Amino acid sequence: MNNDWPLFEVFIRSRAGLEHKHVGSVHAADARMAIEHARDVYTRRQEGVSIWVVPSAQITASDPGEAEALFEPARDKVYRHPTFYEIPEEVKNL
Amino acid sequence: MYTQGLDSQGSEPVREERDSAGRAARFQARIDAEEKIEPKDWMPEAYRQTLVRQISQHAHSEIVGMLPEGNWITRAPSLRRKAVLIAKVQDEGGHGMYLYSAAETLGVSREQLVAQLLAGAAKYSSIFNYPTLTWADIGAIGWLVDGAAIMNQIPICRCSYGPYARAMVRICKEESFHQRQGFEIMLTLARGSDAQRAMAQDALNRWWWPSLMMFGPSDAESKHSAQSMRWKIKRFSNDELRQKFIDTTVPQAHFLGLAVPDRALRWNPASEHYESGPIDWSEFHAVLSGHGPCNRERLEARRAAHDRGAWVREAAAAHARKHAARAAAA
Repeated sequence: MNNDWPLFEVFIRSRAGLEHKHVGSVHAADARMAIEHARDVYTRRQEGVSIWVVPSAQITASDPGEAEALFEPARDKVYRHPTFYEIPEEVKNL
Repeated sequence: MYTQGLDSQGSEPVREERDSAGRAARFQARIDAEEKIEPKDWMPEAYRQTLVRQISQHAHSEIVGMLPEGNWITRAPSLRRKAVLIAKVQDEGGHGMYLYSAAETLGVSREQLVAQLLAGAAKYSSIFNYPTLTWADIGAIGWLVDGAAIMNQIPICRCSYGPYARAMVRICKEESFHQRQGFEIMLTLARGSDAQRAMAQDALNRWWWPSLMMFGPSDAESKHSAQSMRWKIKRFSNDELRQKFIDTTVPQAHFLGLAVPDRALRWNPASEHYESGPIDWSEFHAVLSGHGPCNRERLEARRAAHDRGAWVREAAAAHARKHAARAAAA
């Protein structure tokens, strides 16, 4: 049995031009209250200009057990990085 | 505001799992490599339990810690001091929220944790079971109690469990203001009238030893320290942190012109540390087991707040259900 208000994950944009970033969670009866609680809990020192709240139950996360299957294939594709290519030093602006 | 090496205070020692030796070895290897453990990662049950206990005790300490200081909000000596104290107490509430949120990533509910506190089944820092008798106590708490808390908490910013470490980073950033405002109160009193200086000295006399006890039992007695160190939940021993606190705080007391209430205290030029007198551990254990000056009062205050807030929680939930139903019907 759990009588807690639902849990919301909180994402804060610290200033215009930056992305929202996960900062933690709050319990609230609804989304509106979650924003108010997030304001009180996570922005007491002007840490944010915008807040997203998402019901925690709505988040689908990848399974750490599948991390290898998901992320391993990118490991040997070093040619996706610019440093893979050797360019003579005298060539500029590349 | 703080944890106390209370991780060592669990009633039943948690045991390392045996059936999953391979996974446990891989887990330890990740920790040894300074990798962070995140909520969905596999972890030994004992690691999880240790963290739930430590993080929730830490959260409870923040929440109960609001009470001794809240006691002085209405009587702060100026509007500036009052605004500062309100902000500080609000921070403590916020720290409690960060920490409960971190604990909940380990699969316990907020309701369970709060119920443990209200039932008297959970521990919280012994320091908050002492009364705040004068305004100088607010200075002493900020300076000493938050100072000890910072000493304890900075290493936890590097804790192996990601959500706890991140909560700690946030808390440590905010804690520094707490300590400085406390020292400023002490400095103002120390530079004031004879009566004010006496008040500051009295506060130091009463808060010094309980502050040293905040670092938890001595290393010899601390039963889970070694395991917590291996798991990198803990980075320094209780005695190491306590010594560091003494070494940094004694000169601050000298600056204030106040006497540290320890006759055995002396500087050892060879070791470059202060040597201090023995701690009265019987007092520590008495306060932890519920027999401090304010244990009962603190729990009663928390229970009353919880009970009186019940209708608000229920009304908000009912309001949310009503709006959800309307939205669904529309």
